Amino acid sequence: MECVFGLVGKGFAIVAADTSAVNSILVHKSNEDKVMVLDSHKLLGASGEPGDRVQFTEYIQKNVHLYQFRNGIPLTTAATANFTRGELATALRKNPYSVNILLAGYDKGVGPSMYYIDYIATMHKIEKGAFGYGSYFCLSMMDRLYHPDMSIEEAIDLIDKCIIEIRTRLVVAPPNFVIKIVDQDGAREYAWRESIKSPDVSMA
Amino acid sequence: MKKMKVISPILMEVSWVPCSPLRRVRIGPIKVRYRMLLLVFRLSFLSFFPSLSLSQHFAPTRTKPHHRISVSLNLKQRKQREEKRRMMMKLDTSGLESFSAAVPSAMATAEDQLFAPPSFDLPAGCADFDKFQMEAKQTLKHAKGTTTLAFIFNQGVIVAADSRASMGGYISSQSVKKIIEINPYMLGTMAGGAADCQFWHRNLGIKCRLHELANKRRISVTGASKLLANILYSYRGMGLSIGTMIAGWDEKGPGLYYVDSEGGRLKGNRFSVGSGSPYAYGVLDNGYRPDMTVDEAHELARRAIYHATFRDGASGGVVSVYHVGPNGWKKLSGDDVSELHYKYYPVQPTPVEHEMVDAPPA
Repeated sequence: MECVFGLVGKGFAIVAADTSAVNSILVHKSNEDKVMVLDSHKLLGASGEPGDRVQFTEYIQKNVHLYQFRNGIPLTTAATANFTRGELATALRKNPYSVNILLAGYDKGVGPSMYYIDYIATMHKIEKGAFGYGSYFCLSMMDRLYHPDMSIEEAIDLIDKCIIEIRTRLVVAPPNFVIKIVDQDGAREYAWRESIKSPDVSMA
Repeated sequence: MKKMKVISPILMEVSWVPCSPLRRVRIGPIKVRYRMLLLVFRLSFLSFFPSLSLSQHFAPTRTKPHHRISVSLNLKQRKQREEKRRMMMKLDTSGLESFSAAVPSAMATAEDQLFAPPSFDLPAGCADFDKFQMEAKQTLKHAKGTTTLAFIFNQGVIVAADSRASMGGYISSQSVKKIIEINPYMLGTMAGGAADCQFWHRNLGIKCRLHELANKRRISVTGASKLLANILYSYRGMGLSIGTMIAGWDEKGPGLYYVDSEGGRLKGNRFSVGSGSPYAYGVLDNGYRPDMTVDEAHELARRAIYHATFRDGASGGVVSVYHVGPNGWKKLSGDDVSELHYKYYPVQPTPVEHEMVDAPPA
């Protein structure tokens, strides 16, 4: 099942997600990027039904860009989170999206922040969070090992420990993960953790 | 004359006539024809129930429970009862006020029989639509009885598919075209509902052509697959069954996308779709190298589909293999899988375990 988790450190926020696209027993793809770069300083890690996930996150991304074009300034992370939650809530009683979201962003003045948004439009501002079967293993580990204002090395170390724990203990463990980071320099891909490399012509 | 029991009209009107209406019967000292008696009964009956129409009494007699004297059988209540009876099939009736609930059910059925206009059962899906929809989706889930595959390699894209159409255990056709030519440089594969795939691929071809005319350049594979994915997403949950791959060659080179009716769209280098896809993946993943020649890729695709048709009952017929290059697609081959079987595994003489020999002559 899909695992998305993340945490906030000193001046940055990290979101990690697995990268397998699965259909019942079949793994269609092991390098599907599920953490979307919303704009220069925001990351949106999403898990859920494949159609919903792509369509909803693209919808949020386009609306974030639209705000920036119209108003000349980008949305803050808190505003984006509230907008996302509002869209999920409006659709909930009509045509619900089955997507769980971890939104991470960096704002000047406020610093890094992370929001947990459920598929039924629950929203919380958090320091560390996880979705999926992997959350059963990661949450307690993060509770134990996390402390505020971690450095990048410590945070990546914690993320790696979580990935190793998922691979060890989860029966349908995804083989590959992607880690993305957002700090004052922007949102970017940090690393891939691959245990299965496919001989591909080009990275999909 | 045979003694006849006459039942008082106040208690009940019987459903059968005890004798011929012309026959003379005796009540105490009085001798009358039976039909006179019946008339008297009915008229007295009518006096108790003034709202009944006269036709009720000159129609064949029915059971009439006596203590329903207080019933005023007006149109509204009749409709309510009829509504209630219709609603009894699994719909929520808690909000409805029902007269029959106040009265023992034995009386209720008699009442319904007497006064309900002719009615019929609701069609199968209407009473519990959610369950019906779930069942419909379930039956379609097994419908992707096919094997299709496509992969990108250095020289372009290879697309291959079988040609069997099955409905449960019945093979309806061995010669279905599962590779659909959207335009001269793009192919789509069919898995799931044949009608759905054919229609929506044709529709996609129209949209691609319109894009070409409007923008004076060919649409990219990314764009074409996104068009299809958005259409299918908007019909999500309505029972479309499509598992397709869009393969083509555009300005960026070879492109391959997997699109399905759940709304998913994946970009990739190797895909196989259908009930035989795990078997095809086994052979395809093992033999794949990005730097194959066209002939090697052709043979790999054909072999993968053959092995899938061997193990999967819903796949078979003819393996078609296409190649999409910079100048568009070209059909490479179409081979019957049973012939391929004997080509790959020719019959070999095997030692007989038990031989029947004649008994040696004594």
